[in-house]
Amino acid sequence: MDLHDFSLRQLREGLQKRDFSAQELTKSLLKRIHTLNPELNAFVTVTEAAALESAAQADARLAKGESGTLLGLPIAHKDIFCTADVPTTCGSKMLKNFVAPYSATVVERLAAEGMVMLGKLNMDEFAMGSSNETSYFGPVRNPWNTEMVPGGSSGGSAAAVAAGLVPVATGTDTGGSIRQPAALCGITGIKPTYGRVSRYGMIAFASSLDQGGAMARSAEDCALLLSAMAAHDPRDSTSHPAAASDFLRGLDRPLQGLRVGVPEEFFGEGLDPEVAAAVQAGIDQLAKQGASIQSIRLPNNPHAVSTYYVLAPAEASSNLSRFDGVRYTHRSSAAESLDDLYLQSRYEGFGAEVRRRILVGTYVLSAGYYDAYYLKAQQVRSLIREDFRRAFAEVDVIVGPTTPEPAFPLGAKNADPVAMYLADIYTIAVNLAGIPALSLPCGFTQSGLPIGMQLMGDYFADDLLLNVAHRYQQESDWHLARPNLKAGEA
Amino acid sequence: MDWEVVIGLEVHAQLNTATKIFCGCPTTFGAEPNSHTCPVCLAMPGALPVLNEAAVDKAIAFGLAIGAELNRHSVFARKNYFYPDLPKGYQISQYELPVVGKGRLTVQMADGSEKVIGVTRAHLEEDAGKSLHEAFVGQTGIDLNRAGTPLLEIVSEPDMRSSAEAVAYLKKLHALVRYLEICDGNMQEGSFRCDANVSLRRPGAPFGTRAEIKNLNSFRFLEKAIEYEILRQKDILESGGSIVQETRLYDANRDETRSMRNKEEANDYRYFPDPDLLPLVLAEARIEKVRQSLPELPDAKRERFMQAYQLSAYDAGVLTAGRDLADYYERVADGVEGKLAANWVMGDLLGALNKAGVEIQDCPVSAEKLRLLVQRIEDKTISGKIAKEIFEEIFHQGGEIDAIIDSRGLRQITDVAAIAAMVDEIIAANPQQVAGFRAGKDKLLGFFVGQVMKASQGKANPDQVNALLLERLQKPE
Repeated sequence: MDLHDFSLRQLREGLQKRDFSAQELTKSLLKRIHTLNPELNAFVTVTEAAALESAAQADARLAKGESGTLLGLPIAHKDIFCTADVPTTCGSKMLKNFVAPYSATVVERLAAEGMVMLGKLNMDEFAMGSSNETSYFGPVRNPWNTEMVPGGSSGGSAAAVAAGLVPVATGTDTGGSIRQPAALCGITGIKPTYGRVSRYGMIAFASSLDQGGAMARSAEDCALLLSAMAAHDPRDSTSHPAAASDFLRGLDRPLQGLRVGVPEEFFGEGLDPEVAAAVQAGIDQLAKQGASIQSIRLPNNPHAVSTYYVLAPAEASSNLSRFDGVRYTHRSSAAESLDDLYLQSRYEGFGAEVRRRILVGTYVLSAGYYDAYYLKAQQVRSLIREDFRRAFAEVDVIVGPTTPEPAFPLGAKNADPVAMYLADIYTIAVNLAGIPALSLPCGFTQSGLPIGMQLMGDYFADDLLLNVAHRYQQESDWHLARPNLKAGEA
Repeated sequence: MDWEVVIGLEVHAQLNTATKIFCGCPTTFGAEPNSHTCPVCLAMPGALPVLNEAAVDKAIAFGLAIGAELNRHSVFARKNYFYPDLPKGYQISQYELPVVGKGRLTVQMADGSEKVIGVTRAHLEEDAGKSLHEAFVGQTGIDLNRAGTPLLEIVSEPDMRSSAEAVAYLKKLHALVRYLEICDGNMQEGSFRCDANVSLRRPGAPFGTRAEIKNLNSFRFLEKAIEYEILRQKDILESGGSIVQETRLYDANRDETRSMRNKEEANDYRYFPDPDLLPLVLAEARIEKVRQSLPELPDAKRERFMQAYQLSAYDAGVLTAGRDLADYYERVADGVEGKLAANWVMGDLLGALNKAGVEIQDCPVSAEKLRLLVQRIEDKTISGKIAKEIFEEIFHQGGEIDAIIDSRGLRQITDVAAIAAMVDEIIAANPQQVAGFRAGKDKLLGFFVGQVMKASQGKANPDQVNALLLERLQKPE
């Protein structure tokens, strides 16, 4: 087995036993990135010099006998997290030349653990997209089949982890942006409970829905990373006071007596039969491990997508107002007046999907439309939350497909935004409720594309989701499958 | 038929917290442009607001002081519009649910009457930065030092019916925020700003269309702008026209208001709850704690002054209009007669301050010194007339009262023998007037008093002079 296949636990053991140094590990992955990234386009920035520098520091600390859980381990960040002295583009021309003078809390925390950042990962522009095709820096390709999309918006993170360019990565999830690409790239990704992970320095798309999370090749690695990410942050008013937790504790609890709910609404029209079969097999596997399975209803789930596409654009239209051509953003050179400066800079700086959502969001907040759209959507949001509350009175975990279909070809849905929005039909309700959810691999299509199974839990049941996923991965090997990439020498 | 004027005021009081409302930057005025900024108030990507709890406590104090309903649950909302000195492209404010609900303020008018003005609401919000057009040719400079400074916007009911009532309300509000020590009240620096909504109607008719006048940064401008606006609207209405709902700017140089933008050009601010901030929840214990820390408020102080110092409602009102003046007065009145102290503070002191353009807190004569001067009158060391001369001197040149009295020999003459000698001398020197007085011309007494005082260089005790003169003049030869 090569270093790029190692789990975090294996890498840590290797570093502790001096089988290899942090610098050797870093160099090995940088070499793999150089070989594979030109085709995958998962990284938008590779911070080679800084990575080698922090690897050297990690080696020095290791030599002194320090044994931090994540010390010397490589990571890359979705390019939505601000990184001091390294460009943060958010996948947009608008921020093409933006270098933040500060780092996101998540970035700071992981750097403080001694993790080595290899670079910044491609994403849909401002996290708006489900295929990674809205990025100003070009689409990311799916390592399992480079004609296919990796999912989005954390497509760069999912592809980089799946391709072994980095063992773990950060992602963000507003309507499925961690889970959907994790499913399409055959990795494990968790969107924690809203308020678990600080949003400070994480560029906002829709503040009430955005949540940072962990993406890795196993639930155990997700647990390791999330333990370092989750913490109360006084700089984020929506950060929860009890956000911190050790997610490794309890990871091995047996599934005996676990009550699993399967929502009827997740198995209706539009679900690919191969996906349905693989998820059903995954549920059977959980039953075999001691879980009791019961059917449940989430009656308002069918309204989730339309509710989301009112609320998320509304917040986005306001959140993206700061990108106005006045300070650190792209500024049009054609502008001849103040209004023109705004119009031209924003027209040139934002891509079509971002402009579409700003227009929708501006519309639904406008005088005369607010009550019919924004307020109504907030009411439906309460109903969706209520659905989950009722369900979790009866079950511990809800299980279903992460996506209605496996990875689709690049360009297949670009002409039809609604078809693209439906890629998140099973993931969006979770964000509206604020509960945690996780996607893990549960099979492959006949054409060899990964299939993801989604676990949803009650507020702050993140540890239970990781526990269930970990136990499942103890008894299955879907998560161990690797794409066949032409870089065997790396 | 006459017109009735309807006025409502919106006041922005800058809360005097050490740091901004959503970040830790200092709020001090006059720093190098953009030096008091950070990722949050510069609206860098990913930066998030965190509420300054001190600003909330100040809003609570204000709410308690005007007897307002304090909303236990209030919400911060975003007011969306683009402007270069508004870095986020939205202002964080409170919209549907403000922290302070309905309250009231009682104002005293010059004729002694009182009027209750309703306060609709007061809400917390952040200030914008400043656009600097002067220093840059063909460009605009942006200074974001002020961006994020906490403001309390205080909205009145349309309860005022004249510019005088509007000024009285604004002065009362100004005194109140300074009493509460929640705002420095500096109108020149913009810490206390006012917009006025003015409309006319026939008495009893529904409200007319209003114009909102901006940029009123002094009591005088408020008065003049309203007076101008009344005439403008009256002219339009009486010539058969109708008022356009619009925002107007008061130009102090030309003493006129002119149109800034009308309703059609008005922004749709697309308010919605700010998802970056939790609803503001006020616990009873917190409100109680602020209540305990409240200072004595102007109305209560006025009542107390009337009782404790035996002052008229008018005098007590003048002396309690500002906390600094009230404190000054209380220090003067400590141990001397209240009314005499009040006369000195309201008369000579305020007169001198006004003439010199000096505020009470910068008064060159300390309260303790003025009290000593009053004491020297009370203990008959000097006469009131001499006291006025001494006051003028210490106000302008300084100096110690007793030293001045001694070195210049200003001590009042109270020695009966000495005064009697002077009285006898004057009587002897003016036989004609003596005869006149004795023939019934009582008014001539004043002539004799004046002569004796003149002879004593103003130092003879007037009461004694009077008594001795009467005694000698009425005694037949």
